[in-house]
Amino acid sequence: MSVTISSKGEVLYCSISGEIDHHTAAHLRKKIDDATETLMPSLLVLDFSGVTFMDSSGIGLVMGRYRNMSKLGGKVHIGNPTPTVYKLMTLSGIERIATIDPVENTESYR
Amino acid sequence: MKLKNKFSLSFPSRSANESFARGSVAAFVAQLDPTLEEINDIKTSVSEAVTNCIVHAYKNEVGQIYIYCDIADDNTVRIKIRDKGCGIENIKQAMEPLFTTIGGERAGLGFAVMQSFSDNLKVNSKPGKGTTVTIFKKIMPRYTVNGKQ
Repeated sequence: MSVTISSKGEVLYCSISGEIDHHTAAHLRKKIDDATETLMPSLLVLDFSGVTFMDSSGIGLVMGRYRNMSKLGGKVHIGNPTPTVYKLMTLSGIERIATIDPVENTESYR
Repeated sequence: MKLKNKFSLSFPSRSANESFARGSVAAFVAQLDPTLEEINDIKTSVSEAVTNCIVHAYKNEVGQIYIYCDIADDNTVRIKIRDKGCGIENIKQAMEPLFTTIGGERAGLGFAVMQSFSDNLKVNSKPGKGTTVTIFKKIMPRYTVNGKQ
């Protein structure tokens, strides 16, 4: 599991790869939150295209980042979830707080 | 129902073992030639149950988690995930979506995900004694999925 972070203007782009569970989420959370505190973006993009497995810890990760971005007056977008990850996101209703973007939209933030 | 195969394992409730647990069950179930979706449903359910043992049952300690898995001759996989931790006071409440006793980064979706990703789910618990979660998932024979063997 790893996360590659880049920023462009007001956008913080986090490309996550590997498996997200309760164990790995703690590391992801710290890396993303450190970058958010430093760069104060208005949009946080979480690119899930490289995520090969996710349980509800991934939903918790998005919910927590949504809370942080709300305090900054910003938003969260979820990019490119694979079908298995998308199934869990749909079940959780996470799209009510974070927009799920197809690949072409997400790429434009890079 | 006659059993075709079974296995069991136990490991300490350390979060590094979450991937080991779901990977072990997935490797065992692979003999039934499941679809990617079926194997992912099983991995997700096991991951949720094992995480519950770590963050709830053994909240302030490291205890032992026991997994028993068997395959019936109709290709139904039964996975029992057991702990000897604190137990659940109110199972009905614990199974409500978004209910969580610890908040923070936990979404409160563990049981909802297990229910949704399995065919049947049973939870037995005694406060102070521990909890057993049993997940049932039937792996469809390939000929009924593709119209041929």
